[in-house]
Amino acid sequence: MSAAQKTMENTVTFDLAAAPLRELNATLQGLDASTNQTAWSVHNPRGGHAIAVGLTAPIAVTIEGHAGYYCAGMNDGATVIINGSAGTGVAENMMSGLVHVKGDVSQSAGATAHGGLLIVDGNASARCGISMKGVNIVVKGNVGHMSAFMAQSGNLVICGDAGEALGDSLYEARLFVKGSVQSLGADCEVKEMSAEDKTILVDLLAKAGVDAKPEEFTRYGSARKLYNFHVDNAGAY
Amino acid sequence: MNETHLPHIPQTKPRYSATFDPYTISEIERAAATGIYDIRGGGTKRKLPHFDDLVFLGASISRYPLEGYREKCGTDVVLGTRFAKKPIHLKTPVTIAGMSFGALSGNAKEALGRGATAVGTSTTTGDGGMTPEERGHSQTLVYQYLPSRYGMNLADLRKADAIEVVIGQGAKPGGGGMLLGQKISDRVAQMRNLPKGIDQRSACRHPDWTGPDDLEIKILELRELTNWEKPIYVKVGATRPYYDTALAVKAGADVVVLDGMQGGTAATQEVFIEHVGIPILAAIRPAVQALQDLGLHRKVQLIVSGGIRNGADVAKAMALGADAVAIGTAALIALGDNSPEFEDEYRKLGTTAGAYDDWHEGKDPAGITTQDPVLAARLDPVKAGRRLANYLSVLTLEAQTLARACGKSHLHNLEPEDLVALTIEAAAMAQVPLAGTSWIPGKNF
Repeated sequence: MSAAQKTMENTVTFDLAAAPLRELNATLQGLDASTNQTAWSVHNPRGGHAIAVGLTAPIAVTIEGHAGYYCAGMNDGATVIINGSAGTGVAENMMSGLVHVKGDVSQSAGATAHGGLLIVDGNASARCGISMKGVNIVVKGNVGHMSAFMAQSGNLVICGDAGEALGDSLYEARLFVKGSVQSLGADCEVKEMSAEDKTILVDLLAKAGVDAKPEEFTRYGSARKLYNFHVDNAGAY
Repeated sequence: MNETHLPHIPQTKPRYSATFDPYTISEIERAAATGIYDIRGGGTKRKLPHFDDLVFLGASISRYPLEGYREKCGTDVVLGTRFAKKPIHLKTPVTIAGMSFGALSGNAKEALGRGATAVGTSTTTGDGGMTPEERGHSQTLVYQYLPSRYGMNLADLRKADAIEVVIGQGAKPGGGGMLLGQKISDRVAQMRNLPKGIDQRSACRHPDWTGPDDLEIKILELRELTNWEKPIYVKVGATRPYYDTALAVKAGADVVVLDGMQGGTAATQEVFIEHVGIPILAAIRPAVQALQDLGLHRKVQLIVSGGIRNGADVAKAMALGADAVAIGTAALIALGDNSPEFEDEYRKLGTTAGAYDDWHEGKDPAGITTQDPVLAARLDPVKAGRRLANYLSVLTLEAQTLARACGKSHLHNLEPEDLVALTIEAAAMAQVPLAGTSWIPGKNF
């Protein structure tokens, strides 16, 4: 019996208890933009690593359970739904597409991602959005310490609280926090919420299905004091 | 008595302190004036135990040599034979080390690709992503996977011939990258998603993994992303070579790249370059020992770098157990870096040809370590590529000459037994006997 089975709803289910990871990823990576087989369901992920990485076709993959490290890594156009929690580096370096985690995520969620949207219904651990390069991230719960460290561009929306050193060494990413911030990192400061910021925030809240108003959020960004080396900032290097 | 008839008293000549020598004094003055550490390019400049401290024994009554130019002496190397579906096959074991577009001009990157391709070897991207020019002119291109992930994307990852996970480099083990604002041009800024003109700092740790257990999972992901085709290199700065090599192998590396403290950098603090890491001479044998202890010597290939200058260095590194070497600084010199042709301009920059190391300032008269379009245009990538190809050929021919003299029909057949050391330090580090003795310090008494 094959690990992949097509259901009445035209969804192909793939059982990772019956077939190796390589087979799953090779199958999904082998689909092109014109594929008609757009719905996939992965069963028994059992915390496995590197599930559904490197997808480039406009397909929807639902993972029924918890995923390990780097789930949906380098995603470029696919929708990946995780009906569970995800380990370190979910959607790392995503280029485009949507990754939606229904549970919590571990460290470095959305790390270095260039585009797309990452939604986390639960909490995110440390370094959420580290070195992000254009991705949009919405975390409905809290984020851990050093989130948005060296974040370059994109938007990080935190509907709960943020841990220590939020936005340390921040470049041009926008941070929006509804709850409290334990501390700001070097060169991160409160910014006035501009009309453009509001538009971005309203759009992301709507896409993530968050019932909140932009006025409830505080906008943070880079003070740009560390952009060029200066003796007066030596303590921050 | 008339003073004019006093006997002449000789004056002592001005004497510089060995501790506070003129360079040290100038550095104290510079630090006092600016309040910030000195940043420069290149590798360590201090004298270190190096390959010059070793000599080959050559053939004698008990060994017979191969006939130069007549008998075959192979130079090829296959990298990535452990797990990769598509190992890379190079005609010479001299590869081009990672150097970024950003640190180098587009013409310089093109010239590196041209030169490497002409002799059948590989070149390597750097902390800035892959440019179409570089991919187009490099038959075999290694794509570096760095902490910053600048320019990292799936399409380029799949275009690469191999992937090099960079954990550290010899010039700055434990340190991140640096590219000062003068070199963040529009194109560099766009490739790195950064504002133009800022002093760009790269992280020293990867953003989504720490430690060898995580690295194993990261390598799994990279293989899954690329259909298990690409050889995965792991590059470390030479610090604890035995354990770093063992851990890289444990994590699943196909190739370990070991960079000694002579290895160059585009921009790093002087104090870092000169005071962190160990010479490549001291690093090779422990790394080889780790591979041998794991039963994987020659199965996981070892590339070493850091101060490789000539075919003798190549041959000695390989005799100590490396499968291949990488060059960076020497390749730039072959392109034209520090050429006396630009002496007048070097003097205007307060330096001289042969000593220019302010690669971070973007004012390179040779047009290599710059993003200034006027300066960059000075480097003809075709001619510079030819110079590099010539130089790579010389390295290979020289290494063959020495291997034949030792009676070896392939560079990989060179072995530590072919070498002796001229100094006690080199004997201890390279673990070969002091010349004329059977003494290897630390091994036998």
